[in-house]
Amino acid sequence: MQSPAIVIEGVKKHFGGVRALSDFNLTVEKGTIHAIVGENGAGKSTLMKILSGIYTRDAGRILLDGEEVHFETPQQSREKGVGIVHQELALSPDLSVAENIFLDDLGRGTPLVDWTSINARAGQLLKSFGFPIDPRRRAGDLTVAYQQMVEITKSLAKEVNILILDEPTAVLTAPEIDLLFDNLRRLKAKGVTILYISHRLEEIFRIADGITVVKDGVTICDLDPKTCSENDIITAMVGRELKSLFPEKLPPREEPLFEIRHLTRRGVIEDINLTVHKGEIVGLAGLIGSGRTEIAECIFGFARYQHGEMVKNGRKVSVAHPADAVAQGIGLVPENRKEQGAVLAMGIDANMTMSRLGGVSRFGVIRHGHEQTLTQKLREQLRIKLGKLGDPVMSLSGGNQQKVVLAKWLNVGCDFLVFDEPTRGVDVGAKSEIYNIIHRLAEEGKGLLVISSELPEVIGLCHRVYVMADGHVAGELAGDELSEERIMSLAIPKRSIQ
Amino acid sequence: MTNQPQGKETTMTEIVSDQGVPVGAQPSRWSRERVVALLLDQSTLIVFVAMLVIAMLLTDRFYTFENFTNIMRQCVPLGVVSLGLLFVILTGGIDLSVGSLMAIVSVVVALSIPTYGLFGALIIGLLTGTLFGAISGALVAYFRIAPFIATLAVMTIARGAGLIISKGQPEFINDEGFNDFGIASFLGLPTTVYVLFICFAVALFLYKKTVFGRLVISIGSNEIATRFAGIRVERYKFGVYMISGFACAVAGIIASTRTGVGSPILAIGFELDAIAAVVVGGASLAGGRGRVFNTIIGALILSVISNVMNLLNIPGYHQQVVKGVIIVLAVLLESLKLRLSSRS
Ligand SMILES: Nc1ncnc2c1ncn2[C@@H]1O[C@H](COP(=O)(O)OP(=O)(O)OP(=O)(O)O)[C@@H](O)[C@H]1O
Ligand SMILES: [Mg+2]
Repeated sequence: MQSPAIVIEGVKKHFGGVRALSDFNLTVEKGTIHAIVGENGAGKSTLMKILSGIYTRDAGRILLDGEEVHFETPQQSREKGVGIVHQELALSPDLSVAENIFLDDLGRGTPLVDWTSINARAGQLLKSFGFPIDPRRRAGDLTVAYQQMVEITKSLAKEVNILILDEPTAVLTAPEIDLLFDNLRRLKAKGVTILYISHRLEEIFRIADGITVVKDGVTICDLDPKTCSENDIITAMVGRELKSLFPEKLPPREEPLFEIRHLTRRGVIEDINLTVHKGEIVGLAGLIGSGRTEIAECIFGFARYQHGEMVKNGRKVSVAHPADAVAQGIGLVPENRKEQGAVLAMGIDANMTMSRLGGVSRFGVIRHGHEQTLTQKLREQLRIKLGKLGDPVMSLSGGNQQKVVLAKWLNVGCDFLVFDEPTRGVDVGAKSEIYNIIHRLAEEGKGLLVISSELPEVIGLCHRVYVMADGHVAGELAGDELSEERIMSLAIPKRSIQ
Repeated sequence: MTNQPQGKETTMTEIVSDQGVPVGAQPSRWSRERVVALLLDQSTLIVFVAMLVIAMLLTDRFYTFENFTNIMRQCVPLGVVSLGLLFVILTGGIDLSVGSLMAIVSVVVALSIPTYGLFGALIIGLLTGTLFGAISGALVAYFRIAPFIATLAVMTIARGAGLIISKGQPEFINDEGFNDFGIASFLGLPTTVYVLFICFAVALFLYKKTVFGRLVISIGSNEIATRFAGIRVERYKFGVYMISGFACAVAGIIASTRTGVGSPILAIGFELDAIAAVVVGGASLAGGRGRVFNTIIGALILSVISNVMNLLNIPGYHQQVVKGVIIVLAVLLESLKLRLSSRS
């Protein structure tokens, strides 16, 4: 009888006083796709980092193919055929795609780099996975979705027996997810064992052969995706039943709050018109590269545009810098948390107050007590799981980092907020909290524009949805018209159909 | 309230790498971990103390009152400049113009005293330094020129301008009050040392207590995210070069109170000492990490090294070699420290 590909017994890991893993057990058979689910901060990524040699465990055993392993460095795990795609993107932005893919062995054992061959091989790899990316592009210029594809390609550049994917689809839209799943099935057929972490439960039913639920660093149960329901997973994960993910939609008001007229940024978006009313949650759906994030960046003064105007509360606003946007009561929860959303090395408290330091300072001097009270309140309001408020944001789990970014903008008190993928990497419990927060803001009469690639989210959350395709607004759907099929049929650009 | 910011400083500066972060929640006992952490935390200070001990063993002329007064006097300009430079380095920038700015300020002050009097001349001097800092700041923040290049240009321009207005000659200063300041003592300490104390207090206040300090660190840690938070990053980047320019002016004035001349060739190569002091103090040239207190210790370390070597009559060329080696050792220690704390 063949030994399982992965056996993990009683693995423990702590960071200072934080116990990330207290008793992790897992058995995965060779050539299967195994999902690991759990709330934010449950310890999923920590285990994956132990498996890939980034952290070392405090206690417990790990057996790969029946052989006990103890990785001290990522190189050692790679040699044993473990490939990993981390939750946080980590490409070198100034290197090309090809250079990133072959970073650990650019010269193929020689000190000289043959760029032609590297580019050719990277091109081949990318093509074999069906990723339409030019290997010579600068990695930093790619959208996060394409960066994610490069990460996946990178993890597969060498032969792997075990592939770890830590929330790979958080930044992808439906077509890319299909593509990814095709690739995973192909790898599985070749005998590769895959550990798959995701907060999108519907995906797990599509792809996984087994499910392990983790809570507070302990594996609590194994479920079979063929027999269990989505609710079973949620109940095991959260420890209680969640009634409904989305709050009831209240009717928005009549007055328009924010309007965009004829917005054009050459080569990216063209003649965009959209309106957000007071108390309205408006969705912006579309594929990657359809121009959704670019609209957000124009609104927030981060990108220049050639034509068009923006009107807020009936008055024309001009925004040349994010600071102008904030001054006009416009906020943006950006798409890339690590680079744009938070200063990871700074304290949680400092990040929360950063956009409105005026509120916790007098004559430019920070009032520490005020800041602590305020951030403590925000922390409770958003139920952020943390050690100390002064700890750096990077010590938090992904979902809790996202909540810190939200806290920052709640603190500013903007009346128009743009959310670019607000629940990326956030667990179901926290998702429903974030939806509640968005609804509460709407109830207060604020206007919300939500960019999301998760169709159930767009449909469940928004009053009205603009669907973008190829830099245009391809259509507008509201109320009963909202369905995944209708959104997708508008989102797929017509000319690429043939 | 008073020790709270200390903790804050630690959390902001102690961050290690992408993956491994030593995070708070320390055991309350005097456990081994805790002692190691404390030692690592105060490594700059420990190195300094170790150096004092070694100095004592090497020469008995080190531990004398006159010598200490001497070291302090020498240390003042370097300390002041390093404090200004620290803010530039915290944003991830660099300022190469510091030595040239000291020189041009000393010349400007010397030339202005006859016409505008001492007080007027000091004001003009301080404005000159700040203005040159503002030029660097504008080039970096608004014209987006790399700090290394922008301040290299300003360094050359200021040095040249100093030589032009002084016609290449040292300018003697005939103001008794001015010249006395550089050699006088107050309450047993050289008067100039009090200037360093004031600069230290101001820098510490800026760093720990103000919105400015907070955002400077934030910019150095992640400029894009700081911009996305709606901060006018350019202003702060501009500001740090002005601060550095001002600090150079103060240092230039103090240096000329000691010699009694305004010299266009004052402080040549001083930028390297200042950068070394900040780096020996544990700051990261990539930005976001550095401490005010340790910067002063860094400046003291460099001053003590030169002092001891002078006492031992080590020739100048050899001194340079020793200094270079010590800088390398200090930086190695810093990176070792990061690796150790990221492992625990
Ligand atoms: N380097 C670190 N230093 C301190 N604490 C850490 C560190 N890494 C993780 N933790 C803590 O360990 C716990 C588990 O974190 P982990 O990132 O494994 O969660 P996760 O299950 O991946 O969550 P998410 O779904 O949000 O990604 C969290 O409480 C987190 O704050
Ligand atoms: Mg995670």
